[in-house]
Amino acid sequence: MSLKKLNIENKKIRNLIPQALTVLALLSVIIYFATNAQINMGNRGISFGFGFLNQEASFDITFSMIEYDGSHSYGRAFLVGLLNTILVSVIGIFFATILGVVVGISRLSDNYLIAKVAEWYVEIFRNIPLILQIFFWYFAALRALPLPENGISFYDISFLTIKGWYVPKFIWTNFNIFLLSVIAAFIAIYFIYSYATKQREQFGKQIPTTIISLVTLILIPLITFLFLGVSLTFEYPVLKQLSPTVFTYAGGVSIIPELIALALALSMYTATFIAENVRAGILGVGKGQKEAAASIGLNKNQILKLVVMPQALRIIIPPTTNQYLNLTKNSSLAAAIAYPDIVLVFAGTALMQTGRAIEIISITMLTYLTLSISISIFMNWYNKKMAIKEK
Amino acid sequence: MMNLIAKPSKANIKTYVPIGLFFVSLSFLDVFVNAFFNLNLMGFLPSKLNYFLPLILGFIGFYLIRIEFSGVRFLDVLNKNINSNNLNAILTLFTIFIIIKSIPPMLDWFILEANFAGNSKDDCTGDGACWVFIKVWFNRFMYGLYPDAEQWRINTAFLILFAIVGISFFVSEKLKKYFILFLVFVFPFLGIKLISGGSFGLEYVESAAWGGLSLTFIISAFAILFCFPIGVILALGRRSSLPAIKYISIGFIELWRGVPLITVLFMSAVMFPMFLPDGTFIDKLIRVLIAITLFEAAYMAEVVRGGLQALPKGQYEAAKSLGMGYWRMNALIILPQALKLVIPGIANTLLALVKDTPLIFVVGLMELAGMIGLAKTNPKWLGMAMEGYVFAGLVFWVICYAMSRYSQNLEKKLSTER
Repeated sequence: MSLKKLNIENKKIRNLIPQALTVLALLSVIIYFATNAQINMGNRGISFGFGFLNQEASFDITFSMIEYDGSHSYGRAFLVGLLNTILVSVIGIFFATILGVVVGISRLSDNYLIAKVAEWYVEIFRNIPLILQIFFWYFAALRALPLPENGISFYDISFLTIKGWYVPKFIWTNFNIFLLSVIAAFIAIYFIYSYATKQREQFGKQIPTTIISLVTLILIPLITFLFLGVSLTFEYPVLKQLSPTVFTYAGGVSIIPELIALALALSMYTATFIAENVRAGILGVGKGQKEAAASIGLNKNQILKLVVMPQALRIIIPPTTNQYLNLTKNSSLAAAIAYPDIVLVFAGTALMQTGRAIEIISITMLTYLTLSISISIFMNWYNKKMAIKEK
Repeated sequence: MMNLIAKPSKANIKTYVPIGLFFVSLSFLDVFVNAFFNLNLMGFLPSKLNYFLPLILGFIGFYLIRIEFSGVRFLDVLNKNINSNNLNAILTLFTIFIIIKSIPPMLDWFILEANFAGNSKDDCTGDGACWVFIKVWFNRFMYGLYPDAEQWRINTAFLILFAIVGISFFVSEKLKKYFILFLVFVFPFLGIKLISGGSFGLEYVESAAWGGLSLTFIISAFAILFCFPIGVILALGRRSSLPAIKYISIGFIELWRGVPLITVLFMSAVMFPMFLPDGTFIDKLIRVLIAITLFEAAYMAEVVRGGLQALPKGQYEAAKSLGMGYWRMNALIILPQALKLVIPGIANTLLALVKDTPLIFVVGLMELAGMIGLAKTNPKWLGMAMEGYVFAGLVFWVICYAMSRYSQNLEKKLSTER
């Protein structure tokens, strides 16, 4: 008995020693770094703290979604950068998904040419570093666009020029009511869906939910236009002469070339990975599933919608989440072409001005960590929802 | 008459196929002549009809030749692959039209209108690419700002590397082991000594002068060398039964994976020096290498973990029942199998590493893409961005494509052995 006990004790101690050593080593490294940092900061006469976030930033940012100028604080500048990062990530994710799904399905096309073109698209864009693609679009392709006075016009409401893409601006009256109506429409659609599901499961009734929800989505906001005083007008960009040789567009919204280049490169690069995921997902659904679905009389669309896609999505979503995360992190390459994202604005300009390396880099990294973790939490939730429910 | 409006079938193959092929070739001819000679064959027709004519002609032609089980082998293959229904026919036509249309401008830009001879921007008179730019700057694109007279050292280092790798393919298994050990443990440090110099009568070249494609290779090679073992250890740590080690590994991995590389490089450039005693200075290149290595090691760890998880439990139990300890079990039984399972993942991580190297511009080091950025802002060579980035893209593409093909082959080779 005593031998056995000794053995357990031994094992416990054996397990404890490496753990204790690791923790000790980690702690000593941290303490070493911390003391050095304290001494270094003491030498430079700065103290650790986040008070600088309230100080006046006194630098301008070329592109901002919220009101900002030099008189605002560093905290506000951080927010501007963060919103710009989120903007380009959302745009990138949107287009990468569409392009990726199209290319992924095309790779499985029974049309040899389409499949080959899609395959080469993937091989080409996946194997060129993203940063080079961004540089290519920004320094080479978009610089070849015409000057504002001969901008490429789309029906005279939108102009593509070397200085950016000018699009009409939406001017809303009573936008809040409109927004509420859209939310109401979505809530209504949710109830329609749950009602339809119940009807189908209990009585086997089929309700054309797609058409009904489309109508709801159009009808409810339309009512606000007709009766609740919501209206929408457009402000079109108009060519304006600043001096005999310099032209610009007044009015409308200008989408800066940095944003276009970044969004293009991010979505085209990430689309190749999403395409591979989509292809793998569709290939992963067994042939027997399709045949079984066909044998119980489903038509081609129903097979795709009810049998293949739900199963394929389960394979596609986890790796695609990773790609969304990668895209968000890759959007930090914006700093290379001076798109004012969080890295350029905060870890670049703000750091240069304040010299608070530790605080600013930590905040930036924490922000990305939070973004990454929140996307992965959302996707995990979605994944769980899509998982096979065994009855 | 009845014969002409009937659905294409084997009965009327003799009339339909020649007419269909004629229509299809007419439509391709129209686009081809238009693209290459700028002639409009059907110019006499109304403009809208003229514009869509190739599409309409091709569509009718494809419809006419779509005959199931025609018995003609060529026709069957054609129909099955590019002409199985109306939608496919239109897609095929569009694809071919776009390819035909895009060949002449590409050809013009890359070769026909491009300039190859000369030494300055003024020699570039054509509308196409100015390859003179690449020619003049080629040396810089390969070696960065490394002194011309000393470049033989970089060449020698890489030649020795290639020679050893080449020879090791032909020597016996027993010798091969020593070659690999030499390559992994001795050569990197010899090579770096040769390139940096400072002893044996070699002039010292500071790392700020290194650059170009050779720097891409140096960084990739060292990062791959170090990130692999660190990644394996982290993966084992994450699967460890000891809580402290497990959670430290998880924290470490997730921290690096949650942030973009560019912020890690920023950290190595501006934040890391604050953590060192005053006056200590670590070379920029080394700091960058550490940053990239740790970053990629976290990704490597997740890939290796995938392999570890995929192994059946029986393998662990069998190894333990033979009396193997933790390290022997992992080194001899678990890792060889787990790593084999995740070769595609490892290859992808290494590919990502190579594709990430241009980011070192953040700390002011310039590999290929960085050197192009420098060259294109040279006042004598303004407006050469397109040539530069197309060149860099091609170089990187060849490297990465070769790597991915090699990994696919390796995967195939190893999987058949099992």
